[in-house]
Amino acid sequence: MNKRDDQVNNEGTATEERSLPHRRVHLHSEHQQQGEQKPADMPISISIQGLNAYYGKFRAVKNITLDIKAKQVTSVIGPSGCGKSTMLRCLNRMHEETQNGRTDGKVLLDDEDIYDKRVDPVAVRRKIGMVFQKPNPFPTMSVFDNVVAGFKLNRFWVNKSELADRVELALKQASLWDEVKDKLNQSGMALSGGQQQRLCIARTLAVEPEVVLMDEPCSALDPVATLKIEDLIRQLTSKYTIVIVTHNMQQAARVSDWTTFLLMGDDRAGELIEYGETKQLFTNPKDERTEAYITGRFG
Amino acid sequence: MATATQSKLHVTDLHFRRRKIADRLAFIALSACAGITVFMLLIILSYIFYKGATQIDWNFLTALPKPAGEPGGGIRNALIGSVIIVALASLMAMPIGIGTAIFLNEFPSFWVGRAIRFLADVLTAVPSIVVGLAVYTLVVRPMGSFSGFSGSVAYAFIMIPIIIITAQEALRLVPSNLREASLALGVPRWRTILMIVLPVSSRALLTGLILAVARALGETAPMLFTSFGNAFGNVNISKPTATVPVVIYRYATGPYDDWHSQAWAAAFILVGVILLASIITRFVIRSKFDE
Amino acid sequence: MPRVDYDRELRSLQDDLLMLGSMVEKAITKAVDALKRRDIETSKQVINEDDAIDDLRFKLEDKCVEIIATQQPIAKDLRVVFSILHMAVELERMGDYAEGIAKISIMIGQEPPLKPLIDIPIMADKAVALLRRSLNAFLNRDVEEAKRICKDDDDVDNIYDQVYRELLLFMIQDPKTIQRATYLLWVAHDLERTADRATNIAERVVYMVTGKMAETNSKYMA
Repeated sequence: MNKRDDQVNNEGTATEERSLPHRRVHLHSEHQQQGEQKPADMPISISIQGLNAYYGKFRAVKNITLDIKAKQVTSVIGPSGCGKSTMLRCLNRMHEETQNGRTDGKVLLDDEDIYDKRVDPVAVRRKIGMVFQKPNPFPTMSVFDNVVAGFKLNRFWVNKSELADRVELALKQASLWDEVKDKLNQSGMALSGGQQQRLCIARTLAVEPEVVLMDEPCSALDPVATLKIEDLIRQLTSKYTIVIVTHNMQQAARVSDWTTFLLMGDDRAGELIEYGETKQLFTNPKDERTEAYITGRFG
Repeated sequence: MATATQSKLHVTDLHFRRRKIADRLAFIALSACAGITVFMLLIILSYIFYKGATQIDWNFLTALPKPAGEPGGGIRNALIGSVIIVALASLMAMPIGIGTAIFLNEFPSFWVGRAIRFLADVLTAVPSIVVGLAVYTLVVRPMGSFSGFSGSVAYAFIMIPIIIITAQEALRLVPSNLREASLALGVPRWRTILMIVLPVSSRALLTGLILAVARALGETAPMLFTSFGNAFGNVNISKPTATVPVVIYRYATGPYDDWHSQAWAAAFILVGVILLASIITRFVIRSKFDE
Repeated sequence: MPRVDYDRELRSLQDDLLMLGSMVEKAITKAVDALKRRDIETSKQVINEDDAIDDLRFKLEDKCVEIIATQQPIAKDLRVVFSILHMAVELERMGDYAEGIAKISIMIGQEPPLKPLIDIPIMADKAVALLRRSLNAFLNRDVEEAKRICKDDDDVDNIYDQVYRELLLFMIQDPKTIQRATYLLWVAHDLERTADRATNIAERVVYMVTGKMAETNSKYMA
């Protein structure tokens, strides 16, 4: 205790919050960011401006404007059918793959509109990867081939040793390497559900995207596998911008730095109700509807 | 009122009894229908087996036919002819059929797609003799002679709609999330189809092909107009070629007892091959579910 | 190891609590020392520094609320969070006692001493020792030590009784000493309360580890 005393002595008079002694004397210095207010002017990765999404004539997502911060986890919550998955799929132009799906409005990735006429959706999807609700490894491929599938299918010729390196890196990033390094040649389908989902994450990371979109990535998994994925998401945030749609509010609270709450309006189109720092939104939401939803009083 | 002391669940009124009787009767009637079907099939199969299997020996499979009236001889020419013609037909029908199915599946709302699907349905119902007639007009006449090639074209006509329909079902069964997974990795659509969708559905596609082959193998009528027949071991597809169903037809309607028994033997082989194909198909489907 | 971030947050909560504890410990020692040395400047410093203690306590409470809202702690984790919340309040009150002692030293000013200060510094040392031991018991999740702390509080209570009787005697003998005696009585009382709150922390340690709300037998439990 004496050592700590000294440090208090030296710095105890500091009045400014930032230089409070307890900030400096953490046993675990890497946690210094903990509890800091996140500045609202953090770098922005994706800027959504007046986005509308339609299925034929039906408008599923209405006039959403939102800035997604770079290298942060942003969660999207809301009751079923509020358009959260649709909104997510608009961010890498997957919505247009749905029958009759179309969008208007702008989605800027690093200041470039991904819906610009000259932009190739294929190029967009390489920058903005996606992980789906159900783990969907390619059933005809081995673990190894699954990881490099996106990478390989984008090219006509690849260097074998480069491939192996890439597989190892991606699997390590997805915290799966230790579990599968001895079964790289087995079918991806032979893995457990949670492993399959991490395989899908590795597959997405192998393409080296900037942003990873996750559409309810844990909804088909058991609680332990879910927590593993959540941990993984937290780890990935140092390198990637992550947007995660989840129907599980607790999950949003656990994994995200920023939370977006969508709700459908009278015309059944999903609207943005509240967007803010996760801890603020979950301890002191600004909108009554957000409060009602996160406290389980409706929706 | 003897039931007064019984449990409330022991309902013994008239409606209940009537329902029970009706149920029993329906069961008996339906079992009878099923029994008759199976019985008929068994009769036919066992008769063919009885008449045909006894005639088969190595010589029958490997020898060429003897001139009319002479006993002995085999159907080597017809077996080889059938294999060549069906293989060639498969080569023609498979890319067209699967390509069409991909087209239908990828552009489902396109009216052309609906029209093609409708045409495919109609085509499966067209009598095979009409197909033969059409090919006779379109291929045999311009080429100036009956030929194995024209037989292949006729078979292909019969196979294409079957392949289209089975392949479309097969492709439809590929989970859309796999397609999406691939697209989301930034893989272009055509590569997605080639590298993801087709391999995943390969078993089902193969099943469709086997079904189409089995169907074509037994068709006789179109061959009468196209490949015609050939008593010699011909492997040149531009010449008339013998096929098993035509041989059965010729021999069965011919005047010699020896021919009749050879027709039974050939029928046995044909049925055997088709049966085998069906069983393989079943097996392929089964093992897919086992995965 | 799942829930890395969550564990990190829990650890940081614990670090903050220990930090708050050492700040409070420092404040009490400093306040009593200033009283003894009649050092008005240091007393003022103690009063100013109490703001930092209050701030850290609010911050800790915020963090606890945040961790409950975002990480949904249950079982032992939940007891840890609630215990920390409770301990933070106890510590902040102890900080207020230190501030109180500092204010009294300012009020006493340069008045002639009633008697040499002997018992009060001893009380302060013992109270601070109890606080330090309770925080160590918390850090080590040491239930046995926590129970001993509750018992050892009787020492402080006994000294307090002695000081109380002594000061009462002063007041009876010479009513002019009443004001000065009352000041010292307050200081003694603050220190006695500090020790009691240290035992409250020890009780929280017992609860945190075992899940049982422990009853302790101290004479002057609030």
